[in-house]
Amino acid sequence: MKIDASIRDQFPILDQTVNDRKLVYLDSAASSQKPLVVIEAIENYYKTTHSNVHRGVHTLGTRATDAYEGARENVRRFINAQHQEEIVFTRGTTTAINIVAQSYGMEHVGEGDEIVVTYLEHHANLIPWQQVAKRKKAKLKYVELTPDGRVTMEAVRAQVTDRTKVVAMAHVSNVLGTINPVADVATLVHSVGAVLVVDAAQSAPHQKIDVQAIDCDFLAFSAHKMCGPTGIGVLYGKKALLNAMEPVEFGGEMIDYVGLEDSTFKPSPYRFEAGTPIIAGAVGLSAAIDFLESIGLENIEAHERALARYAMDQMRDIEGLTIYGPEERVGLVTFNLGDVHAHDVATVLDMQGIAVRAGHHCAQPLMRWLGASSTARASFYLYNTTEEVDALVTGLRQTKEYFSHGF
Amino acid sequence: MDFNNLDLLYRQVIMDHYKNPRNRGAIEGGVTIDMNNPTCGDTIRLQLAIEDDIVKDAKFDGEGCSISMASASMMTQLVKGKTVEEALKLADIFSSMVQGKDYDDETFDLGDMEALSGVTKFPARIKCATLAWKALERGVEEGE
Repeated sequence: MKIDASIRDQFPILDQTVNDRKLVYLDSAASSQKPLVVIEAIENYYKTTHSNVHRGVHTLGTRATDAYEGARENVRRFINAQHQEEIVFTRGTTTAINIVAQSYGMEHVGEGDEIVVTYLEHHANLIPWQQVAKRKKAKLKYVELTPDGRVTMEAVRAQVTDRTKVVAMAHVSNVLGTINPVADVATLVHSVGAVLVVDAAQSAPHQKIDVQAIDCDFLAFSAHKMCGPTGIGVLYGKKALLNAMEPVEFGGEMIDYVGLEDSTFKPSPYRFEAGTPIIAGAVGLSAAIDFLESIGLENIEAHERALARYAMDQMRDIEGLTIYGPEERVGLVTFNLGDVHAHDVATVLDMQGIAVRAGHHCAQPLMRWLGASSTARASFYLYNTTEEVDALVTGLRQTKEYFSHGF
Repeated sequence: MDFNNLDLLYRQVIMDHYKNPRNRGAIEGGVTIDMNNPTCGDTIRLQLAIEDDIVKDAKFDGEGCSISMASASMMTQLVKGKTVEEALKLADIFSSMVQGKDYDDETFDLGDMEALSGVTKFPARIKCATLAWKALERGVEEGE
């Protein structure tokens, strides 16, 4: 099914002018916009259902608990997890990975052990592991990339050894748009008795995720990149692993019995959800999942890939423009326009109403690998159109013109 | 396309400093300050030779956008030969100027620096303009 431009009616924010131009929002990989159904689900929750969860005897307490746990079940189904207990609501991908690093990592990684990451990790899936490696005197190893920026099984095999305890890897690169072979990596990782942590922040919004098919041990993603609200994300973990892990935050909600000197904790997911949870956020995320599924993840993915191909075909004709990463990619294009700095590109595009990301994209090691101090990135989502890609290409040509002849 | 607004930011004198930076290079034995803008990846290495409370020499190197590099070029030009106190006063004046506040344009000849006042219309770029001046402030502290 082709996605019709009428989908834009669902996103009121898109219907505005920026710097007197029609807004062209090409920064969804940083954060997506929100459809009315999500905005209304959150509003409706606060208008009709809100109370604290898991504690009140009263009716609203039950309704709010049902909404919150209903959202958990919807997430479980969405990523095909076996059990609801495997779905922990967190503040986002970053918090989810930090929980795994601080709890599982600190417990299972020892001196001389190895943690394996890749050169294309977002800082969220890198710094937490750097910290574990530093504190535990473990070795942090990097999987090399092919010249066009892909992770191959051969390169992963070259780093994973019997001393490897954790392999942490993005499902999709937020800079290159490449898809990593996480299912094959999981098999390899398990053969040496290690665990695989998948950063799915850039994949969950765009493609069907099946945690059982991947067989990853942990997986994390954020709602705000997939039409949901900010402030909520998901940590998936295999039930046995989560239940054996120490909580990271302590307080209400997560306890079982509280004594004067010590306490016992609930099983997963509650042991990782101290305090009043992100109830409205979960409701919003659940509505976002329903929305994405009503359109079809496969349709969304095809739409974005077509836009990226359409964009790359035209961008290649701009002299001096460099596109980073391989041909095979998801719906984003990272580039530099000759010697015009990415920030200057982004500012000139912004004056034409076009929003792109510029900078190091929270992936400094990858930037160094690319030999670029910064790059610009256009990322596409279900609401983007070929006309918007045309606007980008025109904008880039004018940017080039401005910087070559404007002075 | 209407580039009038852009011309406020990218004035000719700024692009000239970007393309032909003044005082780009290194100083033997001076104070060295490395700073970066973690939100965008711009980096600057500023080196200062401070003697008898006077900034005798200032050189910079780095990578960044036109605004950050032009600002560094202008800054080194302006503070050379000034006392430490005067250099810090200039940093204050610059900070006020790019934030759109009233600023003192009488005490010193601000020269090319005033071309950067257009950055007030581009809030996302103010940090690019101030990076070199932040390095100067830190360098002067360390040099004392």
